[in-house]
Amino acid sequence: MALRILVCVKRVPAPGARITLTADHSAIDVKNLGFTTSPHEECAVEEAIRLVEQHGGEATVLTLGPAEAEEQLRYAVSVGIVKAVHVSHPSLVDQADWDPQATATALAEVIASIEAADGAFDLILFGNESADSGGFQVGIRVARKLGRPIVNGIKAIEIGDTAVVAQRESTSGFEVYNLPLPAVLGVKEGLNLPRYPTLPGRLKSKKAEIVTHTVEPVAGGLITENFDNAAEVVVQTTMLGTGAESAPAIVDLIERLGLL
Amino acid sequence: MTEILALLEHDRGEAGETSYQSLGFGRELLAAGIGTSITAVVIGGEADPLTLDLGAYGASQVVSVHHAELSDYAPEAWGEALSELIASRSPAAVVAAGTDRGNEVLAHAAAITDLPFAANVSAIRSVADAHVELTRVRWGGSLLEQSKLVAPTYVMTGAAHVFDGDPSPDHVGVSADVEMVHATLPDTAARTRITDRVTLSSGITLTTAAVVVSGGRGVGSAEGFAPLQELADLLGGAVGCSRVVTNNGWRPHSDQVGQTGKRIAPELYIACGISGAIQHWVGMMASKHVLAINTDKEANMVGKAEYAVVGDLHTILPAVSEEIRKRRS
Repeated sequence: MALRILVCVKRVPAPGARITLTADHSAIDVKNLGFTTSPHEECAVEEAIRLVEQHGGEATVLTLGPAEAEEQLRYAVSVGIVKAVHVSHPSLVDQADWDPQATATALAEVIASIEAADGAFDLILFGNESADSGGFQVGIRVARKLGRPIVNGIKAIEIGDTAVVAQRESTSGFEVYNLPLPAVLGVKEGLNLPRYPTLPGRLKSKKAEIVTHTVEPVAGGLITENFDNAAEVVVQTTMLGTGAESAPAIVDLIERLGLL
Repeated sequence: MTEILALLEHDRGEAGETSYQSLGFGRELLAAGIGTSITAVVIGGEADPLTLDLGAYGASQVVSVHHAELSDYAPEAWGEALSELIASRSPAAVVAAGTDRGNEVLAHAAAITDLPFAANVSAIRSVADAHVELTRVRWGGSLLEQSKLVAPTYVMTGAAHVFDGDPSPDHVGVSADVEMVHATLPDTAARTRITDRVTLSSGITLTTAAVVVSGGRGVGSAEGFAPLQELADLLGGAVGCSRVVTNNGWRPHSDQVGQTGKRIAPELYIACGISGAIQHWVGMMASKHVLAINTDKEANMVGKAEYAVVGDLHTILPAVSEEIRKRRS
């Protein structure tokens, strides 16, 4: 069975980046930020490539974002995705997201138009949540609009003829879900270890054609107004010593906490 | 009278540590002026025993939702069940704890009813007729987003560990009426349910261990984790790690602590060679005590830890294990 897979990714600040705000706190200062693909979605890209290697078919990457998000599309192509789609609008700039309802409506619209022209996707992958805004809903809203089943938190995927078996981590192991195809999954980091691009991959990605769809945002009900840095944790650190000589002091601590 | 519907999360009838935080969040909404009473929502007949003591958490009513498809967790069916309650009761708000399941079920309910949804709310700043001003946590908790939620029903999850999960001191001995409701559910609700479970470990796990010995870039290699494992074994604890470690393939992702890994709350977290980026910190900030071992005394983790030792983990950890064996013999 030749699969048609779509991966939806988001351009986010590099993990670990220190976020600074504009003077009036109305926006995130993006001047000195590096950007990357949201970590859960990096694994979604890798999984799509592996599934196509295993079953045949074709994988497409799609993002809604500013012009700069082409970087993330090209990265996905450099590791093995074949087609790239950019959903764009002049109002989209780094770190000024559309409302989740507007984002999901636009994505569902574009996905439906791609499917009308080229055929349905068997599997659509989202990240469980974006690393930056963490709305926890765009994938679910898109799946509902397309009338497809979705489960979030997925860490293992196996595709059969008519269904996909997906595993989600629980406190004691894994929950197993069996979804009829076509289906949508929200995946989590740890699903796989993403590969790095090869030199030929990089060269190919530079020349890759990116299909652009322009969409208008619908009104949504969650409106971001301002930002604030969370209060820094101020802790008086007790130094127990330096080097191996500190071992007795460490064991004293463990004993004092009743953990020995 | 306008209700706040508070979803009680459970797994096959068992409530977890975070389950009752939805009711604590509900009490905060009442105090802020949203709604006039709390109705706890318990989905699935297996959880009927849990309905009995919800009055003590501030619920004045409990709705127990039954249906053949609701015997185990099923995200779409739970979302449908909740959306049926939204349609029939027009609540002021629908809330849940900001967990994997809480966020998932409320996103489904919001998508079905076409309502906006705010995940991981940490505070309600003001309430108006048709909107609330709220604060959401993002970027691993280091960034606060101030947003306006405009909706006839406010669908929100409460950020983890922000709202009280204990019984309410104002409701000691209070009992709530339980109303049983049969959900109708569309046929499609059955397509996303748990069909099987894989149990990996029944012993001590990273999420249940009292002591977690965790390693970062400073461990240097997969083999470098041997002294961490030794100490964890001696203390009946578990080994954890940071994201760079799993990215390097030194440990499996199931050991990863942080925003995209596990969130844990052990008695003692021993952070070895971990610099302490915010994405890691958010995974272990609920630890009761933190000991940092790092060669760099300027490392973030050293500054944020309650206890610290400066030096090489590869010489310190074996000395600690040796000292423990000595004291036990």
